[in-house]
Amino acid sequence: MTALGKLIRTTTFKLTLVYLTVFALFAVFLLGYFAWNTQRLITQQITETVDAEITGLSEQYRQGGIRRLVIVVEARARRPGSSLYLVTAFTGEALVGNVGSLAPGVLDRTGWTETLYRRQDESEGAEHQALVRVFQLPGGFRLLVGRDLEERERLQKIVLDAGRWSIALVVVLGLAGGFFVTRRVLRRVDAMTETTRTIMAGDLGGRLAIAGTGDELDRLASNLNAMLERIEGLMHGLKQVTDNIAHDLKTPLTRLRNRCEAALRNARSEADYRAALEATIEESDGLIRTFNALLMIARAESGQAREDMTEFDAAEIVRDVGELYEPLADEKGLALKIDAPGPAPVKGNRELVSQALANLVDNAIKYTRPEAANGANAEILVTAQGEGDRILLAVADHGPGIAHEDRGRVIERFVRLEQSRSEPGSGLGLSLASAVAHLHAGELRLEDNGPGLRAVIALPRAGPQALPAP
Amino acid sequence: MRLLIIEDDHDAADYLAKAFREVGHVADQAFDGEEGLALALDGRYDVLIVDRMLPKRDGLSLIGALRASSVETPALILSALGQVDDRVKGLRAGGDDYLAKPYAFSELLARIEVLSRRRGGRGQETLYRVGDLELDRLSHRVSRAETEIALQPREFRLLEYLMKHAGQVVTRTMLLENVWDYHFDPQTNVIDVHISRLRSKIDKGFSRPLLHTVRGAGYMIRDGAR
Repeated sequence: MTALGKLIRTTTFKLTLVYLTVFALFAVFLLGYFAWNTQRLITQQITETVDAEITGLSEQYRQGGIRRLVIVVEARARRPGSSLYLVTAFTGEALVGNVGSLAPGVLDRTGWTETLYRRQDESEGAEHQALVRVFQLPGGFRLLVGRDLEERERLQKIVLDAGRWSIALVVVLGLAGGFFVTRRVLRRVDAMTETTRTIMAGDLGGRLAIAGTGDELDRLASNLNAMLERIEGLMHGLKQVTDNIAHDLKTPLTRLRNRCEAALRNARSEADYRAALEATIEESDGLIRTFNALLMIARAESGQAREDMTEFDAAEIVRDVGELYEPLADEKGLALKIDAPGPAPVKGNRELVSQALANLVDNAIKYTRPEAANGANAEILVTAQGEGDRILLAVADHGPGIAHEDRGRVIERFVRLEQSRSEPGSGLGLSLASAVAHLHAGELRLEDNGPGLRAVIALPRAGPQALPAP
Repeated sequence: MRLLIIEDDHDAADYLAKAFREVGHVADQAFDGEEGLALALDGRYDVLIVDRMLPKRDGLSLIGALRASSVETPALILSALGQVDDRVKGLRAGGDDYLAKPYAFSELLARIEVLSRRRGGRGQETLYRVGDLELDRLSHRVSRAETEIALQPREFRLLEYLMKHAGQVVTRTMLLENVWDYHFDPQTNVIDVHISRLRSKIDKGFSRPLLHTVRGAGYMIRDGAR
């Protein structure tokens, strides 16, 4: 497409053309109306003047006869800038007046005529337009009075010229303006297209330039940038997941395979095979569990779970999850205390919040050792409480805690601290809790419980107003 | 029990059919939605096992069509989609149970048996009795050998579910789903601890235990004498 063709196709240019046409039509209409009105006014003035003169002259004729009329007309005709006069006898012979020649037949009709004429003192060929009235006097005489129309013509010409020029000006300026504006917009749109093309080609780090004018193109660009930000984040997450899957699922898969090979090589009895197969099933169950957790995290992070959000009392979840884990804690010699008087209204995915909290409680039970603590210390406290516009679901233990510098890291997928390697687990519990908190426009906080860890899922409190978009 | 397995993966379907025959059930197979629907429509099966993604007609629409023609054969949906909302969609479409792939055969078997007995089951009864253990669903009382046993509300529901399916294997996941209404994996086996608590309340001090652990599958409540 040529540059001009592209320019003509733009919306801006088409709009410019439409506006231009509308304005030009408007200008033509305005000027036409003005010209028509002026002409009407002038014509009206002329007819009034001529009528008055005819009334005056016919009065003179009535009082003093043809002689007096001739004298008066002669006197008036000689004045500079005078009207046109002609008095004729019934034979058609001119008696007095300042009209040299007339278009033929004008004198034969009484009433108003527009005609060409020449004054007596002018040479041949210098003919003008005039508006005349022929009046029949008693006694066969005819009186013609008229006014030159030059003034009217001149005005008409001025108006027409002004019209022509102004329309030409409007068209030229409009086209130039439209061209200029369109090119400006087009240049920015072209730049945006160019950037998006490089981004589509794979450079996800690219961003659209923002002119800083705050206009609609800027708003569009910043929205697109926000979208790109999100896409980049998702792509990054996807890459991380793939990397982690590659790393952390391949390890148990390798182990699985090795075990099968070892069984084929070394097993002697049926019992050996049975043991190997059972170990294989156990290992694959672990793999399935890890895989499910990964899928759930991915789902929470992609925001899909936002569809089935309902309003519920988080205190109830705390009580339920606490009750689910209480026997387990008890068996380990830990006291699991629940403090959730409620209500703690939250809008979200009940199942996911339950699972996130269950992960925290599970961790607390896993990492707290009753023997290391003396009496009162072997307690895990699960609470739900309001704090401003947030609902805090907290699990506080007196276990080893997490060192300050490690707190950011443990939320990442598959990160397990050295001291926890011996415990079973996928290393995904905190990642899931964090992903669930983010899904609900909240956060996962890891705090010092002095000693121990206080893990808090902070969620927005559901009120009469809807959950704000994160 | 007559089963119909509607699953387009021949290997998986053959494996299932073989495994069901080994435990004494009759299992027919269909490999796409249309064939499955045609077979299921005559209603002579006890339970349908329906894969969710099938050629020609997907599992949910198959079940919908069955229910529309008043065939109420219980259907268990098998699906690779294991999220809660997928589950909800499956159950809303007329499925009676939902199991995410991959699954243990023991889990599937336990669920199928529960489904097959559901129609003639004990859903309407108000008093469950296993041996000398009694559970009154109306007054929420439990007693064994005429001695009243005090249970926590959740323990009561746990026992109620087990007794409702007395003589059948009940898996940990089934308990988690039906007693706690959770559909996630709680990592540590919390259910075992709840069961051992319940066991200490109903079986302790009696020579004949009623609550049994079924190795590799789950739990079962039954009168050992029978």
